[in-house]
Amino acid sequence: MTEKNTMQALARLVPPGSRVLDLGCGNGAMLDYLQRERGCSGYGVEIDDANVLACVQRGVDVIQLNLDEGLAMFGDNSFDVVLQIDTLQHLRNAETMLRETARVGRTGVVAFPNFAHWPNRLSILRGRMPVTRRLPYQWYDTPNIRVGTYKDFEVLATKNDLRILDSFGLQDGEEVRWLPNARAGTAVFHFEHA
Amino acid sequence: MSFIATPQTMHFPDALPLQSGASIRDYHLAYETYGTLNADRSNAVLVCHALNASHHVAGVYAGQDKSEGWWDNMIGPGKAVDTDRFFVIGVNNLGSCFGSTGPMHTHPDTGEVYGADFPVVTVEDWVNAQARLLDRLGIAQLAAVLGGSLGGMQALSWTLQYPERMRHAVVVASAPNLTAENIAFNEVARRAIVTDPDFHGGHFYRHGVIPKRGLRIARMIGHITYLSDDVMNEKFGRQLREGLELKYSTQDIEFQIESYLRYQGDKFSDYFDANTYLLITRALDYFDPARAHGGNLTRALARAQAKFLLVSFTTDWRFSPQRSREIVKALLDNRRRVSYAEIDAPHGHDAFLLDDARYMSVMRSYFDSISKELAV
Repeated sequence: MTEKNTMQALARLVPPGSRVLDLGCGNGAMLDYLQRERGCSGYGVEIDDANVLACVQRGVDVIQLNLDEGLAMFGDNSFDVVLQIDTLQHLRNAETMLRETARVGRTGVVAFPNFAHWPNRLSILRGRMPVTRRLPYQWYDTPNIRVGTYKDFEVLATKNDLRILDSFGLQDGEEVRWLPNARAGTAVFHFEHA
Repeated sequence: MSFIATPQTMHFPDALPLQSGASIRDYHLAYETYGTLNADRSNAVLVCHALNASHHVAGVYAGQDKSEGWWDNMIGPGKAVDTDRFFVIGVNNLGSCFGSTGPMHTHPDTGEVYGADFPVVTVEDWVNAQARLLDRLGIAQLAAVLGGSLGGMQALSWTLQYPERMRHAVVVASAPNLTAENIAFNEVARRAIVTDPDFHGGHFYRHGVIPKRGLRIARMIGHITYLSDDVMNEKFGRQLREGLELKYSTQDIEFQIESYLRYQGDKFSDYFDANTYLLITRALDYFDPARAHGGNLTRALARAQAKFLLVSFTTDWRFSPQRSREIVKALLDNRRRVSYAEIDAPHGHDAFLLDDARYMSVMRSYFDSISKELAV
C-alpha cells in the first residue's frame, strides 16, 4: 500500500507541522513524505532490520521495537497523530495496540485491508479464502493474522470509546465514501479518544 | 592490512578538577587521529573507549602487522566511519595503562609512583579531559561522539556536559547506569585483585611484583559476562581439552572453556594494570547521570541537544537492550531526535566489537547521513 496517491490520501489526515508516530513505518516513506511535504516531525517504529536500515538511510528517525510488546516507551498524548498503516492486521494484540494508539496520540489514523470488500465476499461464497492484489497470501502463510472489516472496526472503535472523526474506504488510491464496506479494499479511520 | 596509525601525546600542566573534589595536574593524554580535519573544523568524530581499550582505535603501528586498533573493523578509509570524510580522534583516558597518565606514573607532588594514590576518576572527569584535548586541537564542535559500553557512557555524558559541542551522539551497547548485578561482577573482579598477596594495597610497583593472579581472575569473570551462553556453547560446548577420557582431577584443566578462560586471563595479566582495573570498574559503577535528578533519567537528559543513534544487541546481558531502551525513552520524553536499532546478534556484549552486517550497515548509514548533513 505504498502507492503515491494512497499515501497522499492518508497524509491529508495529518495536519501540517504535526508530531507523528508511525507504527509499523516500513521503509519510512510515509514519514519522509510528511516531513518533506507537510513539515511534520516524529519517529517510525519498526521490527524488521531491513526497514530500520532503510529509515536510517533516508534520515527518518526510527525505533526498533516489537509492537506486540506495547508502547511503554511513549508517553500519554505525546504525539499529535499516531499512524497505523497496514499494521493492525499483523498484531497479536490488535485491540491493545488500538488502545495504546489512542493513549499515545491525540488522534489516530488506522488503515487496514477490508475483508468485506466484494471480491473477498465472492471468494468466500465460492468457499475459498480470497487471494487478491490487496491480500496476496494463502490462508496458511498470510502475515495478516487479524482479518476484519470496515464495519468490524466501527464496532471495536465504539467499544474502546474512540470518537471517529472521519472514515472512508480507499480503492486504487481513490477515496470511497459510498458503501465503503463493500466497495473498498482498504478501510481508513481517523479518530480521537473520547 | 590497515593504514599506519601514529600515537601522539599531549601534556596538560594545569590542574584538572575532578568530580571527587581532588584534582590532577601535569598529566598527559595519549591520542591518535585518523583522516584530515576539514577547513571549517566540522568533521571531527571523537571515539571513547571501554574498559580494556585505548586511543589505538584503528590502523596498525608501523612494522607491526597484527596491531590493528580495537575498532579497526568500524573505522578507517571506506569503512562505516569513513576516515576519508571524518577526522577521527581516539583518546586514552586518565588512569589507563596504555599511555595516558595512570597509576604507574609519578605523582608530581611526591615524586613517587601514584599506585593506589591515583585519584578516583569518573566518566565525567574523562569527558572534561577529552574536552580539554579538543580545545587544544582547535575543535569547537564535534560532528559526533561515538562509543560502545563504557565508551557509550562517555558519549552520553558528553551530550549532558557539553551539549553544544557535538551534533550527534552514537551510543552502542551501553546503559544509563550499572545495575546491582553489574556492580556485583565488578566487585568480584576487584576483590580478586585486592586480595592477591602481590597487590600490596596498590603499591605493588615498589615491591617489583604484579598481582597477576587477581588480574587473571578479574579478566576471567569479565570475559564470561561479555559472551552469551549460546556462543560459549557453540564455541566450546562440553569439549574436553585433551582426548575423550575424563581425567578425574579437580585441579587440572579438563574442559576447553577452562583452558580458554585461563589463556585470556594470562594474556590480560601480562599487559593490564591492576590499579587501572580498579579505577575503570569504579568509573563504571559511579556513572549515573540521573542520580542528580532524583533518579529521573528524563530530567537528566533534558540538557542533551545532540541527535542520537542507539544500538543494542539482543543477547547482551551485561548491557541489555532494556538499558538502551531506557535511554531512548528518556530522549523521546524530551522530544530529542533519536534512532534505535536492536541487533539480533548471538555474541553477547562482545557483539559491539564484531562484524555483523546489520550492525555495520546501520552505523554506515548513520555516518553517511552525518556526512551529507555536513557536506563532507
